[in-house]
Amino acid sequence: MPETTTQCSPLLAQFGEGGLGQTRRPDRWWLAPASVAVGLAAFAAYSTWAALSGENYTFSPYLSPFYSPNFHVPRIHVSPALLVLWAPLGFRLSCYYYRKAYYRALYLSPPACVVSEPVRDYRGEAGILRWLSIVHRWFLYASILVLSVLWLDALRAFDFNGHLGVGLGSVVLLLNAAALSFFTFGCHALRSAVGGNKRCFNCSALGHIRYRSWRAVSYLTSRHPFWAWASLYTVALADLYIRLLSMGVLHDPRVLL
Amino acid sequence: MSEIHLVVNRGNAGDERGWDESFYVRASKGMVVLDALWQVQEQVAPDLAVRWNCKAGKCGSCSAEINGYRLLLCKTRIDSLPAGQPITVQPMQTFARIKDLVTDVSWNYEINRALPPFRPRESSDWRWFQRDITRVQEMRKCIECFLCQDVCHVLRYQRTEKPRYAGARFYVRAAGLDYHPMDDRDRLAYLREEAGIELCNVTRCCTEVCPEGIRITDNAIIPPKERIVDRYADPIKALLRRMLRR
Repeated sequence: MPETTTQCSPLLAQFGEGGLGQTRRPDRWWLAPASVAVGLAAFAAYSTWAALSGENYTFSPYLSPFYSPNFHVPRIHVSPALLVLWAPLGFRLSCYYYRKAYYRALYLSPPACVVSEPVRDYRGEAGILRWLSIVHRWFLYASILVLSVLWLDALRAFDFNGHLGVGLGSVVLLLNAAALSFFTFGCHALRSAVGGNKRCFNCSALGHIRYRSWRAVSYLTSRHPFWAWASLYTVALADLYIRLLSMGVLHDPRVLL
Repeated sequence: MSEIHLVVNRGNAGDERGWDESFYVRASKGMVVLDALWQVQEQVAPDLAVRWNCKAGKCGSCSAEINGYRLLLCKTRIDSLPAGQPITVQPMQTFARIKDLVTDVSWNYEINRALPPFRPRESSDWRWFQRDITRVQEMRKCIECFLCQDVCHVLRYQRTEKPRYAGARFYVRAAGLDYHPMDDRDRLAYLREEAGIELCNVTRCCTEVCPEGIRITDNAIIPPKERIVDRYADPIKALLRRMLRR
C-alpha cells in the first residue's frame, strides 16, 4: 500500500463529525431504518413471548414452527421452543442481510446512505464481529436441519387422523416452510459454499453441478431481503394462527378428501 | 418554457466548504443536470469548473452530489428531480476539491497501483467458457466514477495517515481479477491485511449508488469475506485441513 494521505476534505468535518443525522438528503431518510427497527422489535417481542409461554403451540395436526422439532428433555423444565430456536435465531442474527438491517437501524452505522453517524472508534467487522461470518455457516447447517423438520410438519398438516385433507392451517404451514426455504437457500454463505468460492467452475470437480447450484442460489440471494422479511412474518403468523386455534378463538376451515 | 433554479456549491482548492451560488437556466425536454451546468458556463459563469467527458454515462467523469444523492451529472434528468424546488449540486465530499465541482480523485489511483495485478497462468491454452467469465464481465462494467467510494461511510471517516481501507471500487477490481479463470494470483491476504475488506459492514450503499448496476456487496465484497473466513477464521475448516495434511 503506498504511503499516501487520505484526502479528507473539511466537508467531512461538516457532515461527519457533527454527530448523528446530518445530511443534505431532502427525503425522509429515517423512515427506512425506523421501519426496520419497529419491524424487528415487533417480531422480537412476539417471538420471545410465544417461545417462553410453553403452551397453546399445537392443534392437531398442526404444530407451531417455533416449537418444531418438539423436544422434551426429561428433568429440564424449559419451554421446548428454547431448545430449538437458537438455530434459526442465530442464523438470522448472523445473516448478511440482517446485519445490514441492524447496523443501519439499531447501530446507526450509518443510519442511511450519506447520513452522518455517531463518532466512534469504527472497526467494522474486523474485530469481534468477525465471528458473525464464522458462525453464520454453522447456523446455516443447523437451520437446514430445522427446516427439513418444518417441511415434515407441513406435510403432516394434511393428515387428519388418517384422512387426507386441507385445512387453512395446512396451507399456512406449507407457505411458511416455502418462505423459510426461499430465505435459507438464498444465504450468501451457501452461495459461496456451493460454488461461489471457486475461481473457475469449469476447472473444478463437478463444475457443471456447482455452476447450476450457484446460479440457483444466486437467484434467491438477489431476493434475500424480501424473503428475510416474508419468512420472519410467516413464522410469526403461523404460530399466531395455531395459538388462536388452540385457545379456541378461531375455527379452522377444512376440506377432507 | 420553465426555469430551473440551480444551487451550485463552488470553491477553490483548500476551500472545501465553499459557497453556494444560485443560477437560473431554461429547461428543455430531456435535459440532464450537466446540460443545465453547460448553460451556466455559456451564459453566466464561464469559470465554473465541472469535469465531464462522454456525456453518455460511460466515462465516469461527472460524479457529483445532486440534492444530496451520489449521481452522475450526465445521467440525472431534470424531470426526475422534484419540480419547483432548487437543485443543489455539490462536488463529491470524500475527495479534496480542486475547483468548484472538480475533485482530486488521485488517491484512488494510488490504491489501484497497490492492488496485485493480473498474472497469467503458465501453460494455459487461453480458452474458457462463458459460465466462467460472466462474473468477470460484471466487474469490468465499472466506469470508475468513484461514487461507491464517495458514498462509503468507512472511507469517509478513515482518519489514518496510511489508508487501511481500499474501498468498494477496488474490491470490484480485485473480484474481477480473482474470478478470472486464467489468473493465478491470490489476493486474499492483500484484501484482508492491506485493503481492509473486513472493515466493510455490508450496509450496501455502494451497491445502491452504482450507475452500472454492479451488485458490489453481493458479488465483490461478501464472496471474498466468505473466502477469508474459509482460510483464516473457520476453526472447523482449519482442523479439517490439518487432519487432511496428516
